[in-house]
Amino acid sequence: MTPRARHGAWYRLVRQPLPCASLVLLVALHLAVVLGPRVWTISPQATDPINALLDPSPEHPLGTDELGRDELARMLQGGQVSLVVGFCAMLTSIVLGLLVGALAGFYGGVASAILMRVTDAMLAIPGLFLILAAVTVFGANPVTIILIIGATSWMAVARVIFGETLRWKATEFVQAAQALGASGPYVLARHILPQTTASVVVSATLGVGIAILTESALSYLGLGIQPPTASWGNMLQNAQQYMFTAPALAVYPGVVVTVVVLAYNFLGDGLRDALDPRL
Amino acid sequence: MLLIVSAITFFMINLAPGGPSALMRFDVTPEQREALTRRFGLDQPVPVRYLQWLAGALHGDLGTSLTTQQPVLDRIGERLPNTLLLSGLALTLSIVVGIPMGIASALRRGKPTDYTLSTLSLLGLSIPAFWFGIMLILTFSVTLQWLPSSGVATTGADFSLKDRLQHLIMPTIVLSTAALPTVVRFTRSAMLEVLGQDYIRTATAKGLSRTVVTYGHALRNALVPVISVIGALVPRLVGGAVVTEAVFGWPGMGRLAVEAANGRDYPLVVGITVVIAAIVILTSLLVDLAYTWIDPRIRLA
Repeated sequence: MTPRARHGAWYRLVRQPLPCASLVLLVALHLAVVLGPRVWTISPQATDPINALLDPSPEHPLGTDELGRDELARMLQGGQVSLVVGFCAMLTSIVLGLLVGALAGFYGGVASAILMRVTDAMLAIPGLFLILAAVTVFGANPVTIILIIGATSWMAVARVIFGETLRWKATEFVQAAQALGASGPYVLARHILPQTTASVVVSATLGVGIAILTESALSYLGLGIQPPTASWGNMLQNAQQYMFTAPALAVYPGVVVTVVVLAYNFLGDGLRDALDPRL
Repeated sequence: MLLIVSAITFFMINLAPGGPSALMRFDVTPEQREALTRRFGLDQPVPVRYLQWLAGALHGDLGTSLTTQQPVLDRIGERLPNTLLLSGLALTLSIVVGIPMGIASALRRGKPTDYTLSTLSLLGLSIPAFWFGIMLILTFSVTLQWLPSSGVATTGADFSLKDRLQHLIMPTIVLSTAALPTVVRFTRSAMLEVLGQDYIRTATAKGLSRTVVTYGHALRNALVPVISVIGALVPRLVGGAVVTEAVFGWPGMGRLAVEAANGRDYPLVVGITVVIAAIVILTSLLVDLAYTWIDPRIRLA
């Protein structure tokens, strides 16, 4: 992509109201989650049973949870955890998907057939069942959760990259490069992968949203991020038990997850339109 | 396909550090541990155990649950009908509601109806299903007290269809968020593509009414890709069942999987994964058959 085309894509992105608003919102939220705990210095772990399940007040703007922990501090910590897990899981899945898709598409043959069969087989197992099986084995801590979510969500990316690699491999400039004696890995890295940038950026953006949803579902089931570390998912698990006395606790984390994922989806759709004017 | 799925799960689970033998509790003596290991055949190498398991599986024996000592197949059999009922209803709801919504959206492209439906379906894709469930419980069970919040039926009460249906309403709605938005989006784009074709313009030009063109010519052709996406939605629905069942205390496969994961019940985990994959593969086969039936140009590969 030339600098000019990139400028064009950026221009097309910021002209769309919803994706643009989503981008601003996401930047603001990420900043809040990173800088928030420096401003709002109450510990998300400090319990205070006497002041449990309080309504919002100046000391506790979002009230307190069932152990008297400050809900705002927990929302901020939960946000850090959820966003970091979401982002890292997406990176894992993109790297795996790129590797499988590009290698299978470029080299073909038996290895390619096996790789794509495995991809199909993994797509046939409903994601959460696969993840539960993996959590059973590897246990639940932030690192394994990231790797497990990444390792069970690369298949769609692999298929897209597989298709694109096949398509670009057949083009004349790639064949010309090979005729001039360029090595396979060089052609792949220099000529084919750069063509897939648009697909990768779009998949990555949508992937963060999906990974955040998966993490929150897993933590809600009690098999994700383990307490006392807060994540938006496990906060909802606790909140469901106190739904009658403190319904608001069940509202905050859910609203934030929905808004973040929605923003990533809008941004992803917007990026697709901006980066690929053919669609 | 099933072979690959079962092999992946089996080897992953058995080769991992702290494999099945780690399940033994701390209070067992080394001799007991030895005896248990031999009883479950864990002293054999993994490939041998896989072949033994495979031989059993072909005869309908998926092994014994480590936590309850019941056959894995029995435990799955207890729960499977509940999940099939729930997923089947959610799929039906998604198709029956989603296709008309997609058509409406396509026919009013760029109008408020289209924007509303498109935004709603994106919202449906973004909302965590379990939180949507919690909010429904909060509204209809806690505040309004119209619907029961969990289970398949009121405990202790006699069987009544009304009671069963009331217990089904919210889980079905929540689970259908895993499929409905995709059906709407897909129907919309398939309809738009077909409506742009030359033969639609020809049909309109020769004076056929809008209704005949839309439903007689366009819809039939648009439905072909929609059917293929419905096949792809089955794994999503079954996966979504895990969360939905957890929220509503629904005794199905999803809760069984969570229990198995918490109890580190390896044979059960493998059994569940294989049964679920078998169901998914079976439905995708059915979808392929439906596909060739609707569009005779496609031959089964």
